[in-house]
Amino acid sequence: MSTFSLSEIATGDSAPSSALADKLRDVAPGIAAALAWAAFGAACLVREDVGDWSRTTDLAIAAFVIAGLVLIVGVAASHLGRAGSALRRRSPWLLALGVFLTLWELATAKYAWLPLPFFPPPQAIIEIYTDDLPKLLDSVVASIKLQLGGYLIGAATGFITGVSIGWSARIGYWVHPVLRFIGPLPATAWLPIAFFAFPTSWSASTFLIALATGFPVTVLTWSGVASVPTAYYDVARTLGARPWFLVLKVAIPAALPHVFVGLFMGLGASFAVLVVAEMIGVKAGLGWYLQWAQGWAAYANMYAALLVMSLLCSGAITLLFKTRDRVLIWQKGVVKW
Amino acid sequence: MVAAAEAVRAQCPGASIDIAHVDHAFDIDGAELKVLDDVSLIVEPGEFVALLGPSGCGKSTLLRLIAGLDKPRSGSLREDEVSIKGPHPSRVVVFQDPTLFPWRTVWDNVALGLEAQGILRKQRHRVDAALDLVGLTNFKNAYPHQLSGGMAQRVALARALVNDPKVLVLDEPLGKLDSLTRIAMQAELVALWQRKGFTTLLVTHDVEEALVLANRVIVLSDRPARIKADIVVDRPYPRHRGDPHLADLRRQILGLLGLEATW
Repeated sequence: MSTFSLSEIATGDSAPSSALADKLRDVAPGIAAALAWAAFGAACLVREDVGDWSRTTDLAIAAFVIAGLVLIVGVAASHLGRAGSALRRRSPWLLALGVFLTLWELATAKYAWLPLPFFPPPQAIIEIYTDDLPKLLDSVVASIKLQLGGYLIGAATGFITGVSIGWSARIGYWVHPVLRFIGPLPATAWLPIAFFAFPTSWSASTFLIALATGFPVTVLTWSGVASVPTAYYDVARTLGARPWFLVLKVAIPAALPHVFVGLFMGLGASFAVLVVAEMIGVKAGLGWYLQWAQGWAAYANMYAALLVMSLLCSGAITLLFKTRDRVLIWQKGVVKW
Repeated sequence: MVAAAEAVRAQCPGASIDIAHVDHAFDIDGAELKVLDDVSLIVEPGEFVALLGPSGCGKSTLLRLIAGLDKPRSGSLREDEVSIKGPHPSRVVVFQDPTLFPWRTVWDNVALGLEAQGILRKQRHRVDAALDLVGLTNFKNAYPHQLSGGMAQRVALARALVNDPKVLVLDEPLGKLDSLTRIAMQAELVALWQRKGFTTLLVTHDVEEALVLANRVIVLSDRPARIKADIVVDRPYPRHRGDPHLADLRRQILGLLGLEATW
C-alpha cells in the first residue's frame, strides 16, 4: 500500500537539489538520537564519579554501542524495511531518553546536584540488576505467582457470579445485597482480618487479590448480561435454542465487551492489593523487596524494583488488551465493504 | 427417521395456522392495554398471507403469538392442528431488524438454528445451501458490521430458511431498507416462497408490498386489532405494480384504513 501526503505531492516535482535536503531531513532525527546517546556515554566518562560505583565504564560502553547502532540503523533506515521505519518513528523518543540519561548522569554521579542517597545515578541501578539479580528475580517470580493465582480466581469467580445474577433473578435476589455491601469496601480493609483468618499469609493475600479483582468483574459482567437486547434471545428462541444455549452462546458473547472492561479494572485494583499484601504480610515479592530496600536505605534497589514492577504491570495490561483485541475481533470496524 | 421426516416435508412443505378467538393485552403501569380483540384466522398450507394495519395496531403482537414467543390471554393458536406452546424452528421469524449476532460471522449466524438444535455437525451443507440461496456465499466469513442493510437482511433470511421452516413469519423485514433494495428483495421473497412452498405470514404497513407479495391480505383495525377484511389477491406472479386490478384493491384497502381522502 502506498500513501501520499499533500506535502509529498507538492514537492514531488521540484528541483532535484531538494533530494539531498529530503534525505537529510529523513536521517536527522536518527543522528540526533545517536548524538544524545553518545553524550550520555561521554557524560559517564567526563570526570570521576563522586561516589563508589563499579559499573560506570560498562555503562559508558553500552551507551556508545547503542549510539552506534542508532546511527547505523537511522542512516540506513530506508534500506531496512519495517525495522527501519519502526526506529525512525521512535527516534524522537530515543533522543529524549538520551538527553534525560545524560542530565541524570551529570546531576547525580558527576556533580551531585541532587542529594545523593535518595537519587542514585543510572550506573547504581544497573549495578542492582547485575549484582542483586537472583533476589530480584525471586521477588518477580513470587509476585507473578501470587498475582496470577489471585487474579485468575477472582476473575473466574466474578465472571460466574456476574453471569448468574445477570441471568437469574432468584440468584440476583440473594447475591445482589451481599455484593452491594461488600463490593465497594477496599480489599485492603480486610487485611488485618484476612491475615489471621487464613492459615497462611499467602492464602490471605490470594483471597484479597481475588476480592479486589472479583468485584469489578462481577459488576460489569452482570451489567453486560443484563443489557443484552431481548431481540437476540427472541431470535435464538425461535431457532430452537434452549436456556443453556441462550446463556453460553447469546448472553455471554454479547456481554464480553463489558467483561473485558471489568477484567481491566480488576487488574488495576489487584496490583494495588498485591503490593500492600506483599509489604505487610507475605515475605516475598517485589512489594516486600521495596519494603526491605527501604529498611536498608537502599534507594537504588527501590528504583530498580519500581522499574521492574512498572514493566510487569504494564506488560500484564498489554497482554489483557491483546487478548481482548483477539477475542473481540468482531467489534472492530476496520474492514468494510 | 431423518429421511422419513424429509419425505414428509417434501410432500407438504407448508403448515396450516389456525388462530381461534385470540385476545391479548399488555399491562402498562397497572392499566390494561388491549391489543388483540377476538382475532380468528385460518391460514392454509403454502399460503402467503399479509397482515396489514396501521402502525402500533398489534400486528407484530399477533406474529409473536404465532411464533410462540408470547402466550395469548385467551383463545388458541395451532400449527397443523397442534397447539402452539412455545417457539419452534418450524416457525421461524425474520424481524424488522436483522438482529444478526455481531460476534458471529455470516456463516456462523446462518448456522445458529442448526447449532441450537444440535444437528450442525452433520448438516453443515445446509448452511452453505442457504447462503447460496440468498447469494451471499462470498461473504460467509464477513462480520455483520461489514454488511449493508440489504445484505444483513438477506443473512437473516438465510438464517431462517436454513431450518426448512414450515411457516415463515416476517415482521416488516423490508421496512428499513431503501426502496430499490426493497423492490429487489420483494421479488426474491416471492421466488423463494414459490420454490420452497412454505406458508408465509407477512406483517407490513405498506399496502403495495402486501398486494405485490401475498395471495391473501388481512386488513386489521386500529388497536385493539380486529380483522376488518380478508381480501383474496388472485393475480399471477410475478405481479406488475401497475396492474389495474391491484390498483383497485389498493384503493379499496386504503379506504378500509380510513385513508381514501389521500388517495
